[in-house]
Amino acid sequence: MSIYLPIAELPVNLFLILGLGVAVGFISGMFGVGGGFLMTPLLILVGIPPAVAVANVPTHMAASSMSGLLTYWRRKLVDLGLGLVLLSGGLIGTAAGVWLFAVLLRAGQLDLIVGLSYVILLGIVGGIMLTESVRAIVRAHQGEPPIVRRPGTHAWFHGLPLKLRFRQSRIYVSAIPITVIGFLIGFFGAIMGIGGGFLLIPALIYLMRVPTTVSLATSLFLTLCTMLIATVLHAVENRTVDIVLALVLMTGGVIGAQFGARAGQAIRAERLRLLLGILVVGVAIRFAINLIATPEELFTVVGADHMQ
Amino acid sequence: MSARIENRIVAILVLGAALLLAAPLAAEKLVTSVSNHRVLISSNFTGTEIVVFGTIEDDETPIKREAGYDVVVTVRGPMQTYIARRKERVLGIWVNAESRQFIDVPSYLAVLMSRPAEELGDAEFLRRNRIGLVNQTFRQRIGADFADVVPKDPFRVAFLRVRTGEGLFHEEPKGVTFITPRLFRASVPIPGIAPTGTYQVEAQLLSSGEPIARQTTAIEVLKTGFEELLAASAREHGLLYGLATALLALGTGLLANFMFRRD
Repeated sequence: MSIYLPIAELPVNLFLILGLGVAVGFISGMFGVGGGFLMTPLLILVGIPPAVAVANVPTHMAASSMSGLLTYWRRKLVDLGLGLVLLSGGLIGTAAGVWLFAVLLRAGQLDLIVGLSYVILLGIVGGIMLTESVRAIVRAHQGEPPIVRRPGTHAWFHGLPLKLRFRQSRIYVSAIPITVIGFLIGFFGAIMGIGGGFLLIPALIYLMRVPTTVSLATSLFLTLCTMLIATVLHAVENRTVDIVLALVLMTGGVIGAQFGARAGQAIRAERLRLLLGILVVGVAIRFAINLIATPEELFTVVGADHMQ
Repeated sequence: MSARIENRIVAILVLGAALLLAAPLAAEKLVTSVSNHRVLISSNFTGTEIVVFGTIEDDETPIKREAGYDVVVTVRGPMQTYIARRKERVLGIWVNAESRQFIDVPSYLAVLMSRPAEELGDAEFLRRNRIGLVNQTFRQRIGADFADVVPKDPFRVAFLRVRTGEGLFHEEPKGVTFITPRLFRASVPIPGIAPTGTYQVEAQLLSSGEPIARQTTAIEVLKTGFEELLAASAREHGLLYGLATALLALGTGLLANFMFRRD
């Protein structure tokens, strides 16, 4: 069954898009990430123009993160203070990202920069996840106890000024590294059409020593805020937000996320990280092939009116 | 103001040219009609087909044509500007390098002919009468000038190839069929991704390599109802539209959380 997208001005298969929403929602529910790093490339793969895909994935992630956030909120696991400091950096980062997105689109180099960002960021993060989870699984097999990271270990950024105490997260750190992390998440999120949960959660857990559940909850809070802002910015700046596409994506996404969350609870944490690592590295490799392999058509044609 | 005066001058010139051209061509008349003057896009639109009908009518004194008639139907969608880019390998990676701008070219083009173009006349004749995709005008910005380039220009060739691949340019050498020697029909495919706006439908009557008559009509491709309402609000009230979409996302998340609540 086909449905016409009034803003993107093209017909799409309703069940294909709904299916994508469910599938990505399942993965995001299972791993506790937004799934933008999968959704954006998949939409482009099924023929949605990149500018439309990047502008519409935030709506899907806003809905999923809202749904997940409420559960954490009731359990009082969200560190609002930490979330707001991250958001202050995230806002500037998102605005800078949306601006650079428009500049790159006009210069015809958007695909290149998006592709390179995917290869480098996902390659590094996925690689770390893979090695770390494989080591954990090997240790578990040999019957050794898992390595417990000592909270309060000092790193160089603990010497920075503007120190704040975040009670929920049980940390006392400078606002500067947190703002910088927020900025980077917002910046790459806007360019790559991702929420950045898979970047933020490891950063909070391993760099900032925030407890895992608080990291997940706070990451959802930041994702929700930045994705809502990205939706409005894309609607005002690029006029490529398609509310019909958004509704189909988010409906599939929130349904898939419920089943994914159940499936995720049945799998051990380090195996879950291994699976996510494989997925992230897989996406990075796919983008690398796209950049290196000789394309079938060397020419691309785009309407110039969409770029003003 | 100057634009208006220019328009008038152009109008007078066109009128004059039409009068000059019309005089010797008054032999036969072409009467055409389309199956549908308005293509309405609603939520289930996936493309459609427009049928162009036409008859060849004699003026006062019938002329016997030994060679019979040929008809070429050309449909041109609303004008748009496009950027064509060519990828090149830089340090092992494919990047967009050179680019060209095609200024105000049809966003949709269909050329349907009763016979393959090379049987209708020689290359010069086809070029002069703009018969076939390759003989349409594609103005490019070259430095400070605007001009069409030679048909073999790689960017021009690629532009036609890419647009044809997308289904937005279409050429059918036997797309016009004669039902009787003087009655013809041609079906024009309008794809789902067709841009909205006014499409010019031009029918040309030819006989033994000579243009005889020409008739133009227009069709309109437009969104209706809910689709038009959404498109208009996205266009004119971007902020409100964005906020509404954001609220929709919040609502969907809220609803899902309550529906699947387990704690």
